Amino acid sequence: MIACKDITKVYINGDVETVVLKGVSFEIREGEFVAIMGPSGSGKSTLMHILGCLDAPTAGAYVLDGNNVANLSDDELADIRQGKIGFVFQSFNLLSRATVLRNVMLPLVYAGIPKHTRELHARKALEAAGLPEDRWTHLSNQLSGGQMQRVAIARALVNNPSIILADEPTGNLDTKTGEVVLGTFQELNHREHHTIILITHEPYVAEHADRIIHIQDGLILEDKKNHHKRTATGE
Amino acid sequence: MTLIDLFEETHSSLTVNKVRTGLTMLGIVIGIGSVIAMISIGQGAQGTIEANIQSIGSNLLLVMPGAQRGAGVQVSAGRGSAQTLTQEDADAISKEVTDANAVAPEVSRRYQVTARGTNTNTQVVGTVAAYPSVRNIEIEEGSFVTDSNVRALSRVAVIGPTVLTDLFGEGANAIGQTIRINKVDFKIIGVTKAKGGSGFGSQDDMIFVPLSTAQRFLAGDTYVTTISVQAKDQESMPAIQQQINDLLLSRHNIIPPQTADFSILNQADIVATAASITNTFTILLGAIAGISLVVGGIGIMNMMLTTVTERTREIGLRKAIGAKRKDISTQFLAESVTLTFVGGVIGVLFGWGVSLLVAQFAGIATSISWSAVALAFGVSAGIGILFGYYPARRAAGLNPIEALRYE
Repeated sequence: MIACKDITKVYINGDVETVVLKGVSFEIREGEFVAIMGPSGSGKSTLMHILGCLDAPTAGAYVLDGNNVANLSDDELADIRQGKIGFVFQSFNLLSRATVLRNVMLPLVYAGIPKHTRELHARKALEAAGLPEDRWTHLSNQLSGGQMQRVAIARALVNNPSIILADEPTGNLDTKTGEVVLGTFQELNHREHHTIILITHEPYVAEHADRIIHIQDGLILEDKKNHHKRTATGE
Repeated sequence: MTLIDLFEETHSSLTVNKVRTGLTMLGIVIGIGSVIAMISIGQGAQGTIEANIQSIGSNLLLVMPGAQRGAGVQVSAGRGSAQTLTQEDADAISKEVTDANAVAPEVSRRYQVTARGTNTNTQVVGTVAAYPSVRNIEIEEGSFVTDSNVRALSRVAVIGPTVLTDLFGEGANAIGQTIRINKVDFKIIGVTKAKGGSGFGSQDDMIFVPLSTAQRFLAGDTYVTTISVQAKDQESMPAIQQQINDLLLSRHNIIPPQTADFSILNQADIVATAASITNTFTILLGAIAGISLVVGGIGIMNMMLTTVTERTREIGLRKAIGAKRKDISTQFLAESVTLTFVGGVIGVLFGWGVSLLVAQFAGIATSISWSAVALAFGVSAGIGILFGYYPARRAAGLNPIEALRYE
């Protein structure tokens, strides 16, 4: 459960103040699949950083699972990220020299999960992300783009987070592979009731979500239920 | 993050670029290796020099004519000109300085020595029967100069093994043969045992004759060039030195002690001086080697900074999935300490090898002390922390958002 109330974000660079978010309020309930859509420069990336506890808002409240996390220190934010948030990035950000399993287990290392249970969790997450088992011991740079993104999704799932934040997850993929990845998100949302927030600039991608929050110039332009939800084709 | 995780992470990141890791480590290997090698050579030299000094006798005081000189420096030129010590001085010392075990006066000078067509130039020492016990000389065969030889002005000689080899060939039987020193014939009655070493002029390259004979037939006067006094133990040496000083000042009618016409060398002083010289030498060598260690450390820092830059995105990702500052800095610190530690181990082995080779081929005795090894390990681990700290801090301080965007 996420509640954002009047979130503003101002960057100060020398004497120049840039207001990126001008008071954004919304709520996302557990199990929702939300797309945050907007052109570049709209403030959606900044919003994602705040939702992902990578950055703190200048003003306003951000309540995640009942705790206001707006004014925490770096290390406290790291704790929140480790326990409650799973990230999927446009460029995957896998450790290329490590195997798929090790990549997926990495968040558990920092969470202090004992070694023998890590692999169990990782296997479950990889299954949920739909990566064929014969790839699990491959080095991650031996995989295709779609497979890499699935490893990244498994890594996001592995510590059972409250929300999965996907930042342009299909940006580096061709349309067909992108469809597969979006299908994976729909699966996870539908079957396992994961809360998923998809950040994108493409209306086509956003239409795979149940709800679309349209952002422009640091304000919410539109926040509506998606009545024409696309079902991902592909596999 | 457990220790095993840390080790695995460190291992996998150091093995990504093996050549770079190896070259960086090489800097530390050379640094630690040269420190170990240099210190072992320095300490070995120190041991050799001290053994050499001890080999001229134990608890020894040397009374010499002429003004006070620097310890350990014998200036041959000054000896003939300053003729102030006599046989009577030596007798007085042995009579009045009761703590002295033995007193051995000597007169020595280099002469050309011939025997049956061969010849050599060597040190001829005129002395008394007490000399071998004072100066640690042992007899290989025959006998040393006796008191009756001295009283009778016998023309007998005891030769060192080097002289034996030079004049008669190695292992020849020289007892009973005649040698000619300064146109005077001497009969050989003994050969001394080889002592080796060359610290204060080899005692193997010497000829010993009775003191009275040397004064009468070789020097032509009654002066002595050195009086060796053996103290009964190390503690009594300062007191004996003082007694000899007072005795000789009064015998020579000298009132202000600064104008003394003799000087007393204390063996302990010589050892101390030599030790301080070799210590300085060791520190100098170690310091020069230490420079390469610092250069190696800078190499580590350079590599770590490059690594941090290269892995900026990875650091951003690690932070995004929950790594704290401490996790990141520990990881990079572990990498640099591993580099220096492994480099240190190899460096110690390398330095050990070098010092063994030096001992083998250059003939310098070397000794590896555990303290030097422990020091090298401590220093290398310390360098890892010192030069790894800044890159690790830099990595830990990265902003995850910017780090993730880094191209």
